[in-house]
Amino acid sequence: MDWNWKGELFFEALPFVAKGIWVTLSLTIVCYIFALVFGFGWTFLKRVPNKAFNWVVTWVMEFIRSTPPLVQLYFIYYAWPEVPYIGATLSPFTSAVIGLGIHFSTYISEVYRSGIEGVDKGQWEASTALNFSTRQKWTKIILPQAIPPTIPMLGNYLIILFKEVPLAAVIGVVGILHLADDFGQANFRFLEAYTVVALLFLLLSYPSALLVKQLEKKVNYRFDKKSPNGKKPLKESKGAVS
Amino acid sequence: MSALIDIFPVLFQGVKITITVLLGSIVVGYLMAFIAGFCLLSNNIVLRLITRFYIEIFRGTSLIVQLFLLYYALPMLFNFDLGSNYLAGVLAISLNYGAYMAEVVRGSIESVAQGQREAATALNMSRFQRMRLVVFPQAVRMMLPEFGNYLIQMIKATSLVSLIGMKDILYYGDRFRFSDISMTPLVFLMVLIFYFIIALPLIFLTRKMEEISKKGVAS
Repeated sequence: MDWNWKGELFFEALPFVAKGIWVTLSLTIVCYIFALVFGFGWTFLKRVPNKAFNWVVTWVMEFIRSTPPLVQLYFIYYAWPEVPYIGATLSPFTSAVIGLGIHFSTYISEVYRSGIEGVDKGQWEASTALNFSTRQKWTKIILPQAIPPTIPMLGNYLIILFKEVPLAAVIGVVGILHLADDFGQANFRFLEAYTVVALLFLLLSYPSALLVKQLEKKVNYRFDKKSPNGKKPLKESKGAVS
Repeated sequence: MSALIDIFPVLFQGVKITITVLLGSIVVGYLMAFIAGFCLLSNNIVLRLITRFYIEIFRGTSLIVQLFLLYYALPMLFNFDLGSNYLAGVLAISLNYGAYMAEVVRGSIESVAQGQREAATALNMSRFQRMRLVVFPQAVRMMLPEFGNYLIQMIKATSLVSLIGMKDILYYGDRFRFSDISMTPLVFLMVLIFYFIIALPLIFLTRKMEEISKKGVAS
């Protein structure tokens, strides 16, 4: 085995590893949708007006957020089938969707919360005065105003999620990292295959970062013009660092 | 209950490694953050470009890929072995989070009110004095909550070093489950709780930092 860079192996690895991009992409999208939907669940659970219940929900979220997603993936994939009565064997892909989806839903719900808190209090009062039902208030008044300003933050989480998805390789999802590993083992050469992985990641995540930046500009512009009291558009919820 | 008593000491063996990796990453990571953050604010365009390149590379790709590149590919590429998986793990984590935190450093320094700089200039302070006595102390307060958040992210990232063969909490947990498969849920739950306990003081610290950062910044 020699240690030098081999160009032809790189080009051999490229199409082989690139096949995994579809798995990586679809896993990202499915996880993201799962997290978006589940995030709503957390947001509403947190708004239940019961102190004890609230405390429990807050700490459960904190627990999920501050423990490693890798361990959570192991838990879902290896431990869930062994849980008595409710356990079931899940495919690697489903496990990854559930594991990463739940992990990210706690972050996403924080984004929703900041969006909902950003809606002017007068809007609630006005909709009450207009005799709207609770459901109408949410669907017609609050959410349409709360969600659009959070789009850039949601976009950021899409990119972060995309970078976490390779973790799924450890439970056997055949993404680019897994294929790179296969290629490396077949040829006793890991360097070129892993370089392809790094390049593919840069190639995919950099344009998407630019896209989010563009989106952010557009949304900010729209809100600057529209906001009646000259309110600034939303910034990140925690520790507003510009 | 007896199962818990069996699991606890096994997992506890891994705590030392997890903590040492975490401490190493924190020290090198914050060092990188401040160096890169100040480089981004430098007048020298070459320095700025190099730093920008570093930041985009490390923020644009995933940590797990960087870890594998450092540990498996670097020895092949440059015939240069880092020598230990500890070094590879710490370097990957701290270079990755250093890149994220460099932006926090830059953003905080830039968001100190312009009037503060002007006032310092009016008081005939040099560029270095201005940064050291006026701008930086205010900027650090703004950085605190984000730094706390990244600390918790780093704890989560340390679990990855089990993939390059380090014997941390996750490694011992993963190994223990083979002794009795039916204990798997309990073992992984314990592993999660271990990580949570390590993170717990930092969660409170972050909340405290948020309070501190709210006061005492001129805007």
